[in-house]
Amino acid sequence: MVKEYFFEEADRTNAFITRLDLAMYEETGGPLEGRGIAVKDNISTAGIPTTCASRILAGYVPPYDAHVVTRLREAGAAIVGKTNMDEFGMGTTTENSAYGPTTNPHDASRVPGGSSGGSAAAVGAGMVDMALGSDTGGSIRCPAAFCGIVGLKPTYGRVSRYGLIAFSNSLEQIGPLGKTVTDVNTLMSAIAGPDPRDTTAYDRPYTHTPSGDIAGMKIAVPDEFFGEGVDPAVAESVRTAIGRLEDAGAETLTCSIPSMAYALAAYYVTCMSEASSNLSRFDGVRFGPSVETKRSWHDEFRDHRGALFGKEVQSRIMLGTFALSAGYYGKYYAKAQVARENVRRDFLRIFKDADIIAGPTMPQIAFKLGEKSDPLSMYLADILTVPANLAGVPAISVPCGTVDKMPVGLQLIGRHFEDERVVDAAFAYETGVA
Amino acid sequence: MVFENDVEGIAKLADIHIQKEELAEFTSRFNHILEYFDILDTVSEGEEGEADLVNVLREDEVTPSLTQEAACANAHETEDGYIRAPRVM
Amino acid sequence: MTDKTVIIGLEIHCQLNTKTKLFCGCSTDFQGDEPNTHVCPICLGLPGAMPRLNKQAVLYALKVAKALNLTVPEVSEFSRKNYFYPDLPKGYQISQYDKPIAEKGIMEVDDDEGHPKNIRITRIHLEEDPGRLVHKTSRDRAGYSLVDYNRSSIPLIEIVTEPDLRSPKEARRFLNKLRSTLEYLEVFDGEREGSIRVDANISIKGHNRVECKNISSYKGVEKALNFEITRQRNLIRKGQKIVQETRHFQEGRGITTSSRSKEDENDYRYFPEPDLRPLRVSGWVDDIVLPELPDARRERFMTQYGISENHARTITGDLKVANFYESVAEADPAIAATWVADILLGELNYRSMRINDVPTMNIADLIALIRDDTITDKSGVEVLRTMLDHCMGEDVETCEMPADIVTRLGLTKAAGDDFTAVIGEVIAANPDAVADYRAGKNGAINFLVGQVMKATRGRADPKELNIAMAAALKEAEE
Repeated sequence: MVKEYFFEEADRTNAFITRLDLAMYEETGGPLEGRGIAVKDNISTAGIPTTCASRILAGYVPPYDAHVVTRLREAGAAIVGKTNMDEFGMGTTTENSAYGPTTNPHDASRVPGGSSGGSAAAVGAGMVDMALGSDTGGSIRCPAAFCGIVGLKPTYGRVSRYGLIAFSNSLEQIGPLGKTVTDVNTLMSAIAGPDPRDTTAYDRPYTHTPSGDIAGMKIAVPDEFFGEGVDPAVAESVRTAIGRLEDAGAETLTCSIPSMAYALAAYYVTCMSEASSNLSRFDGVRFGPSVETKRSWHDEFRDHRGALFGKEVQSRIMLGTFALSAGYYGKYYAKAQVARENVRRDFLRIFKDADIIAGPTMPQIAFKLGEKSDPLSMYLADILTVPANLAGVPAISVPCGTVDKMPVGLQLIGRHFEDERVVDAAFAYETGVA
Repeated sequence: MVFENDVEGIAKLADIHIQKEELAEFTSRFNHILEYFDILDTVSEGEEGEADLVNVLREDEVTPSLTQEAACANAHETEDGYIRAPRVM
Repeated sequence: MTDKTVIIGLEIHCQLNTKTKLFCGCSTDFQGDEPNTHVCPICLGLPGAMPRLNKQAVLYALKVAKALNLTVPEVSEFSRKNYFYPDLPKGYQISQYDKPIAEKGIMEVDDDEGHPKNIRITRIHLEEDPGRLVHKTSRDRAGYSLVDYNRSSIPLIEIVTEPDLRSPKEARRFLNKLRSTLEYLEVFDGEREGSIRVDANISIKGHNRVECKNISSYKGVEKALNFEITRQRNLIRKGQKIVQETRHFQEGRGITTSSRSKEDENDYRYFPEPDLRPLRVSGWVDDIVLPELPDARRERFMTQYGISENHARTITGDLKVANFYESVAEADPAIAATWVADILLGELNYRSMRINDVPTMNIADLIALIRDDTITDKSGVEVLRTMLDHCMGEDVETCEMPADIVTRLGLTKAAGDDFTAVIGEVIAANPDAVADYRAGKNGAINFLVGQVMKATRGRADPKELNIAMAAALKEAEE
């Protein structure tokens, strides 16, 4: 039976690019039956425009559903709309959108974080309980932290990427955002699972009931997560939160991730390189705003891409093109891959002695709109989230108090395919505080 | 360090037309970021990781294709089932 | 003549005859179908779609690797070759770069003196084809393109040789042998449109190298290379420098032209395809059982059927012809070899027919008629032509049997004495020729025999007729 879901919440934060005031869902008896879910606009939805917040995809309506969307529909969810984001996921604030910035539900003068800012704001503002985002270098965890909600970046390969419009294939994962750890857990159960169409994905379904019993759990706290650039007030909040986990029976130990010295550079070189290639298909021929076909293709492609990609996207495509070009591949792309392997090994080493790595999600609270106008200073804000993407391990952000009335996120990182343990640690914190 | 003519070359390779007046801005932006990337020079030569998932293959079995209508639905111009593209000659 | 100063290397792109495309389940069987009807989000390069590698294509590539004695490295992987073109949906082609599926092999080919030599194979890699462009021009001269993505993601293997070839003929022989090897392996269908494309690197020793792209026939390769050798030699003779460049072969005009476009000097920015996992398939090679390949089959035909090397080479050069021969050889291997290699192939070619357009049963019947002396060779040719003219384009089953044609046309061979009357008439009607013969001009008898042949429409054996004619002339003299 197809049923109607009326989605009438006002969108005060500009969280949605496309909203369906009347959404339909199927009475499947599934775990999400009748629940409204928002989906980031880089996840393909058959029959619903999917723009990646870019003018170059204006009017594009996918002829197919992403795997996760199929799973949502099967679980009985009502997809209420497509959420705002930084264009193609390239940003940390959701200001780089062709549809204007999303604002933070706690303070309209601040950003919601990014790039899944629309999804986080929709949950934070109470429009929906749950939303899907994608996390390439922190794009779920950062807005979750800034908006005071929970966001999980699953282990790389745990959720099919089929239908996710690629920004950086080797780093990104689709993941759940929710008001509570339980919501995130429910949404994760719905989207994880095998999909032969993503041949980088594993057959590791997720069926888990969160448990707050973390007695004996070993939590490593890296020095680098509390170093230079981390707001002392934010650090204090997070240390207090880690203290609560100790109170709940966890043991803490200190550790070091030396590869963090170059992790951010490795991350940006990798994602820009992959993006430069991924975004080559946007030439206006098969989708997107029309091209003038009577011009020479080279001129037309150039003008089309010059006019319709935003500046940050153009900048990343060009830097990625440069990083892969003859004579520079070795200095940039190849080096970044070695650096990335070093990050992975650092994590594997720490995870020999610890079950979880804990620290702040973001070094600061939500920025003011327009505050991060310098690209590099914005990139630097990702320093604490990119290591988990480079290593491919699961990481969650769970709210842990406020600084200047703005939410702070506690980041908990686990071993490969131990998404469940990461969820349990977050659940233990959440229920311990409550 | 890149110069404006390098950036022009990169833009050409990336098939992105940038305005003359944007060139200086892109150039300084790139230099700022590339300077930060120089930290990768401190990474000593090492090994790349080894994949734990290999030989993920599909059987040679036909699956349904899209209809011509669906295949062309997002293209702005079509003609006799073909999709129009800019000229190459 | 092999010229040691000519240096040629080839890059051959062959379409693998899998049922589905390299990275999606769309059918490869699109010939004659509407444009954009064998496409899906993957081969259209729609945002969010991801490639899925076809196992059969990998197995086919490994089969070729084994047949050409290549080594399969422990790990191979796919890379993206980045460039823009309106027929390329993703803005990159998924190919293989520094970790191809197979490396370092050898194929033996005869040089222009007929001596066998080894051509080194550098590598074999798998890659996908782009879409197909149709060019439209309009009255205002500003044309546009039309794109059909049915071809997009069709699986190809690229076979790259070392610069070991020394003449255009040698290059063509190499290609012919490669083609027949691929057909024997049943990984390739040479009859499909666009199934083979060749880029040739050619230089004169001590001078710059030129790459000729876009050659799509075997004949074209020889033509393009001959043209280039002449062009380069002329430049050298005039003391000019050979420009290292890419040239395009214009099939219609038989010439190569400088492409002068920057696109050909692209920086492809290869990097590993992040959406595909690596291959570890070196262990699969041992399980691959190769069929009998052209060289082995030729040797076997020579010993088993006692046919000449030339006949065996012609017949085994094409898998279908070889199979055809084996199914008609039983009646008489020697006659079958002559008829298939020397007569049938030519007659088919003349009619643009293929070997499979003729039922083996009919040819076996024809061979039996020849073997049993029921008809003469000359009548045999007439029967064959009559049959082929009526087989053309028709259902194989309706092809008339040679024995029926013989009856219908009254072509049964007549014995020598059946012609006594005709011989008498010819002698009577040609007194000059008879006189010439008697004057010692032996050639005159051929004329007289010819006249009898003409009158009997070739139903008599010329040798027998010759004897009978000589006897008749002698008799008439006495």
